[in-house]
Amino acid sequence: MAQRIDVKDLNIYYGDFLAVEGVGMAIEPRTVTAFIGPSGCGKSTFLRTLNRMHEVIPGATVQGTVEMEGVDLYGADVDPVAVRRQIGMVFQRPNPFPTMSIAENVLAGVRLVNKKISKSDAQDLVERSLTGANLWNEVKDRLDKPGSGLSGGQQQRLCIARAIAVKPQVLLMDEPCSALDPISTLAIEDLISELKQDYTIVIVTHNMQQAARVSDRTAFFNIAGTGKPGKLIEIDETATMFSAPKEQATEDYISGRFG
Amino acid sequence: MTITTEPQRATQPAKPPATRRRRSGVADRGANRLFRYLTTGSGVLILIALAAVAGFLLWQAWPAFTTGSDELATKVSFLQGEGSLLAYLGPLVFGTVLAAVLALAIATPLAIGIALFTSHYAPRRLAQVLGYVVDLLAAIPSVVYGLWGALVLAPLVQPIWGWVSDVLGWIPLFAGPAADPARVLLTVAVILAVMILPIITAVTREVFLQTPKLHEEAALALGATRWEMIRTAVLPFGRSGIVSAAMLGLGRALGETMAVVMILSPGLTYSFALLLAGKQQTIAANIALKYPEANELGMSTLMATGLALFVITMVVNMLSRWIVARRKDFSGAN
Amino acid sequence: MAATTAGPSSGGARPAGHDTVRALLRTVDTKRRRRDRTMTVLMYVAFGVAVLPLVSLLWTVVSRGIGRFDVAFLTHSMRGVFGGMDAGGVYHAILGTVIVTLGAAIISVPIGVLAAIYLVEYGPGHRLARAVTFFVDVMTGIPSIVAGLFAYALFVLFFGPGVHFGLMGSVALSVLMVPVVVRSTEEMLKLVPNELREAAYALGVPKWLTIVKVVLRTAVAGITTGIMLAVSRVVGETAPLLLTVGVADSINGNPFEGRMMTLPVYVYRQFSSGLVPCNNPNVACIPTINYDRAWSAALTLILIVMLLNLVARLVSRIFAPKLRG
Repeated sequence: MAQRIDVKDLNIYYGDFLAVEGVGMAIEPRTVTAFIGPSGCGKSTFLRTLNRMHEVIPGATVQGTVEMEGVDLYGADVDPVAVRRQIGMVFQRPNPFPTMSIAENVLAGVRLVNKKISKSDAQDLVERSLTGANLWNEVKDRLDKPGSGLSGGQQQRLCIARAIAVKPQVLLMDEPCSALDPISTLAIEDLISELKQDYTIVIVTHNMQQAARVSDRTAFFNIAGTGKPGKLIEIDETATMFSAPKEQATEDYISGRFG
Repeated sequence: MTITTEPQRATQPAKPPATRRRRSGVADRGANRLFRYLTTGSGVLILIALAAVAGFLLWQAWPAFTTGSDELATKVSFLQGEGSLLAYLGPLVFGTVLAAVLALAIATPLAIGIALFTSHYAPRRLAQVLGYVVDLLAAIPSVVYGLWGALVLAPLVQPIWGWVSDVLGWIPLFAGPAADPARVLLTVAVILAVMILPIITAVTREVFLQTPKLHEEAALALGATRWEMIRTAVLPFGRSGIVSAAMLGLGRALGETMAVVMILSPGLTYSFALLLAGKQQTIAANIALKYPEANELGMSTLMATGLALFVITMVVNMLSRWIVARRKDFSGAN
Repeated sequence: MAATTAGPSSGGARPAGHDTVRALLRTVDTKRRRRDRTMTVLMYVAFGVAVLPLVSLLWTVVSRGIGRFDVAFLTHSMRGVFGGMDAGGVYHAILGTVIVTLGAAIISVPIGVLAAIYLVEYGPGHRLARAVTFFVDVMTGIPSIVAGLFAYALFVLFFGPGVHFGLMGSVALSVLMVPVVVRSTEEMLKLVPNELREAAYALGVPKWLTIVKVVLRTAVAGITTGIMLAVSRVVGETAPLLLTVGVADSINGNPFEGRMMTLPVYVYRQFSSGLVPCNNPNVACIPTINYDRAWSAALTLILIVMLLNLVARLVSRIFAPKLRG
């Protein structure tokens, strides 16, 4: 089942620089949680700490806890590789592996663990994942063609198929539509609404309409100024956030007064 | 913190737009024209020089091609009264290629390891130090490598070669008894490997560093370990770069002279025995050794072997450049 | 909706709860982890293997070369030195190396720099430029001995067989040096921002003056560094000099006549002279004298190369224009 994530008092550092300060929130299972906020407020940085992709950057560290069903992801006995397996990620720009075919891209994650996956199982998984990403009908005739030959929106859905092929509990999306045209964006947004039946989804977006359209809950991040750490201002039901936010800053941002 | 695509466009190299030349062409008079002719002339001169290298070699080697093999054999001392030019050239080409390929086989995996170490494993400070070390290795003259190889490395590896021939002697490559001193092809290959390590490392490192962060992160986000990330994202991306780097290294190894002259005990056979003395010789080393005793026709013979070396290295280099150029077309899309 | 087929629910019973999640997150595929560790170790080993020969080589050259490396060694030639005599030096070889290398630089720097200017300022879009770029790349791969053979063949045409003098070596080295100079100069010229050129054109400065006064002036530090690195590349070349300049024991400062000793050839010559048999106890004799001189000369050569490298890097660091900021 999709899992819940609880974040408590999380500080994120790049070296000595405190990038995000004191975040605490609960991410409910089988919902879409959207992070909004101005550029540089730490929402993507925070997202990356949820599956320990943050520590890929040299010198990046965190303080505090991120718990999945009560298990601290940063606990001493937890393997970051296993964390990323349970919590998948889709990036800002579509990034299918250029040297692999469409089918190989979908199987890339599975092949890491299970090299000897049988041909029929593999075909099965490719079809299921691509169907799950609403891409099957468009690519079923050219599964052995390179993934880089697809359009931007198709590539992004391929990346989503690749992420769900390893059967994660949670799916993190870092501005998945920012490099796409409106029609592709719409396709991805539809897909997100479908995926939330099975996954916990967290999405970072620059686009407030998108947050309003796809998410159940919205978190607003803000930054006091350059060099200051980003902070979580508030998190609530999306409808509440957009109609009656508690904080003035949230209202200012949502009504377009800054950001 | 959010990355936009803008900076990519800003880092485009500052190439002058093509139209500017045409515009300046209108007012191209006097000093302007002279300067353009001067620079263009220098470019052309380089082409002429390269053609001249090939031309002069061919011209000087010509007598060796046209003289009958009997006459050639009697007049050229180092043909030892037997065989034609081709029969002389054959073992030399064989030895040259064998030594270079062996060196490549030793150096390439090492170079990939070092390149990966600097690009993806080492902390930045250490990677920088290693960069200097590699540059330093590249700066050391080949004659010094030869000196070190002959007086330090050869005695050092002799017992190892002895052990190898004892244990693996049943493989023709390592047939014993290993020569003492170890003036054998395997020692030469080791030295050549050290000498071509810097160029292969430098080129592959550049390619590895260019691996898009996007693809590396995609692999990591799928739950790949560091090595699996390298296998899925870095190595496939750098494959053609590795190949062309290896070809560049091969070109260097083919043409290396002094280290071979100073270490190898030469012989003209088609032998794969790497641990026996007096079995192989390379073209370059042979020229350097036979040159003092060569008469006019002998010089022609050596020129002919030099021409063969020139052609081989040209082909290898063109191939590697071609691979690089093709790769540029590919990566432009990403 | 219809897309649930790929959902985790289809993958059988999925865990829900603290312990199962903990188990999931702690699952470590030992085989994969071991493989990752092994590769990490291998990378460190590769690093060590690369450093090893360098350390050994530098250590040997310094420790064996330092013994004879003194003022007498640097200021004497090999004239009249024979057998195991405790005498002889590299003065003539240093002089020869300086003259021959300087000659090579005089030939190849103008050609290389001008050709690079052509490639960057006039070339783009031209077929000739593409050809030059390609063949410059190809030329970097010419074996040094072939360059030597070329120079020999060229001068035999004018002076007949058996000719040897310093300029021949300079020509041979130029063949090796020109492509390096072109490459590095090209890189430097490309770094000059186009705005500078356009600013000059806007002021009505003719193109050639713009190139000389603005572009070259901006890139001069980088070009100098490139040239010095190119010099340090060819200064250690042995094979082409062996063929063209030959060997000599005496001082010869005239690049247009007579054989000349050069430092790398000196190292080779001393090495190939081998051990000296010392039979007469009444004559001062050092059996390893030739090797000792070879090591000291190698030390001298390495010091020259390192010095050139160091100065080149200093030049680029100190005089580089601040293009950004």
